Amino acid sequence: MSKARASLGRTAGVHIALIAYTLVALFPVFLTIVNSFKSRNAIFREPLALPTPETFSLIGYQTVLKQGDFIGYFQNSTIVTVVSIALVLLFGAMAAFALSEYRFRGNALMGLYLALGIMIPIRLGTVAILQGMVATGLVNTLTALILVYTAQGLPLAVFILSEFMRTVSDDLKNAGRIDGLSEYAIFFRLVLPLVRPAMATVAVFTMIPIWNDLWFPLILAPAETTKTVTLGSQIFIGQFVTNWNAVLSALSLAIFPVLILYVIFSRQLIRGITAGAVK
Amino acid sequence: MNPSDTKTTDISEIKRPWRWHILVFLLPALIVYTAVMILPLIETLRQSFYNTVEGQYTFVGLSNFNVLFGDPRWAADFWNALKNNFIFFLIHMAVQNPIGIALAAMLSIPKLRFSAFYRTAIFLPTLLSFVIVGFIWKLILSPIWGVAPFLLDSVGLKWLFAPWLGKPDTALIAVSLISVWQYIGIPMMLIYAALLNIPDEVIEAAECDGVTGWSQFWKIKLPLILPAIGIVSILTFVGNFNAFDLIYTVQGALAGPDMSTDILGTLLYRTFFGFQLQLGDRSMGATIAAIMFLIILAGVSLYLFVVQRRMRRYQF
Repeated sequence: MSKARASLGRTAGVHIALIAYTLVALFPVFLTIVNSFKSRNAIFREPLALPTPETFSLIGYQTVLKQGDFIGYFQNSTIVTVVSIALVLLFGAMAAFALSEYRFRGNALMGLYLALGIMIPIRLGTVAILQGMVATGLVNTLTALILVYTAQGLPLAVFILSEFMRTVSDDLKNAGRIDGLSEYAIFFRLVLPLVRPAMATVAVFTMIPIWNDLWFPLILAPAETTKTVTLGSQIFIGQFVTNWNAVLSALSLAIFPVLILYVIFSRQLIRGITAGAVK
Repeated sequence: MNPSDTKTTDISEIKRPWRWHILVFLLPALIVYTAVMILPLIETLRQSFYNTVEGQYTFVGLSNFNVLFGDPRWAADFWNALKNNFIFFLIHMAVQNPIGIALAAMLSIPKLRFSAFYRTAIFLPTLLSFVIVGFIWKLILSPIWGVAPFLLDSVGLKWLFAPWLGKPDTALIAVSLISVWQYIGIPMMLIYAALLNIPDEVIEAAECDGVTGWSQFWKIKLPLILPAIGIVSILTFVGNFNAFDLIYTVQGALAGPDMSTDILGTLLYRTFFGFQLQLGDRSMGATIAAIMFLIILAGVSLYLFVVQRRMRRYQF
C-alpha cells in the first residue's frame, strides 16, 4: 500500500517536471503566435492574454505581406529545399547502393571519403565556395544554394541509406538478375521501393538544416529575388525592429510551415532519430 | 588492403568485365560532394597560407597564423572569440547534458502516460531556425516588452531581472542558454533511445539484486548510456565551433555588447565578408576557417580514437 502510494507520488512528480519543461519549451512559441494576433497596445499591456474581440488585430500580418515579399521567400525556400532533398535522395541512394551492393577495389575508402562530411561542416569551405560561385556566375541564384545543400546532405544520406540497403535480401536481387533485369532496374524497381522508410527519415533530417540555414543564403544569395524565408525574415525583422506587430507576425509566418510539417511528420522524425541514430 | 583481398578482386575482375554501372551509381554523388564540399575545403585551407604582399598574391607560409595569434589588430579579437567559443561549449555541456539525461530518464519510465506528447513538444524548438529562436528570446528578454520581468515577478524574483543580453558579463551566458533551450531535444532523444535499448533482463537482474531507484540509475543505466552521451558531446562540439546564426541574429555581426558574445563563426563572417567599415579579407578569413577546421578535427579525432575506443561497449 505504502509502496503503491510512493510510486504514485513519484509518477506525479515526474509529470509535474515534464509539464514544467514542456511549458518552458512551448511558451516562447505560444507567446509569439498569440501576440501576433493582437493590437499594439494589447501586446504591451497584457502580453500573456489571449486575443479577445477588442484586442484582435491583423495589422502585423498586413504590414508583413505589404512590405516584404514573403510569398516569394516561401517560394524560394520551397524550391531550394525540395530540389536539394530530391537530389540528396537520388544521388545518395545511388551511391549507397554502389557501396553496399558491390565489392570493388577502394570500396571501404570511398565509404570513408563520403563519410568525412558528416563531421566536418561544409561552412568551413565558404571562402572557396563563394569564389567558385563567383567564377561560375552562380552568385545570387537558387542553383548555388541547391548545390551547396546537396553536397551538405549527401554524407549522412549515403551513410544511413547504405546501412539500410545492406538489409535488403540478396535472393531478391539475384532473382531479378536471373530474370534479366539490368543493375539499374534492380536499383530503381526492387531496392528503392524497399528502402522508402529510410528515405523518408533521410528527407526529414536533410530538410531541417536546409530550411533553417542563414549562413549560405546570407553569403551566396542575398538578392531580393533569391532570399529564403530564413534570410527574408531576418532582414525584415531587422528593419522593422520597432514595429512589434510586424515582427511578431513575421516570426509567426516563419513558424507556421515548420509547425504544420512537424505535426504531420513528427512520428517519422522521432522514430528515425530513436531507431537509427545510436549505433 | 591486405593481399588476399586484392587477389579476390583480381579474380573477379578477370571473370567480369569492367562494371560501368558502379561508376554510374557513384559518380553523381561523388562529383557534387567533391566539387562543392571537399575541393573548396582544401582550397580554403590552401589559401590560409597565402596573402597579398605589396599587391602580389603570394605564398606566405605561416605568417597569416602569426598575425592572427600575435598581431595586436587581430590577436585580441581572435583570442576573445576562441575563449568565448570554449565558454559557449562548456555551458552547453554543463546544462544541456544533465537536463537532457533527466528528461530522457523521465520519458523512458515504462507506461508513462502522455510521454509521446511531452517528447513531441519538447523537441519542437529544435526544428525552428535560429532566426526565429533568436528573435523570440530577444523579445522575451527585452525590458521594453517586460514579459521576463513580469514572469519573474509572479514568482517573487523580480529583483533577479536584468537586461541580460545587453550586459557584457551576462550576454554570453544568456545566448548559450538560448541555444541550449533550442537544442535540448537532440540529447534528450538520443539518450532516450539509448535508455530504451537497455534490455529488460538487465534491469530485472538489477532489481533481483536489490539495485533500484537512484542507485540503479547511477550504477546500471548511466554506464550503459555513456556512448550516447559521447555522441551528443561530439555533435555539440562540432555544432558549437561552427555556430553563427544565433549570435548573428540576437547580437548582430559585431557580437555585442562589446564583442562579449563573439565566437569563431561570427569572427569568420566579419573577417571574410567584411562588416560596416571593415573590408572583407579573404586570406585572413581562410586562416580563421583553417583554425576552426583544426579545432573540429582535433575534437572529432579525440572522440573517435580516444573516447570511443576507451568506452566500454556492452553487447546484449
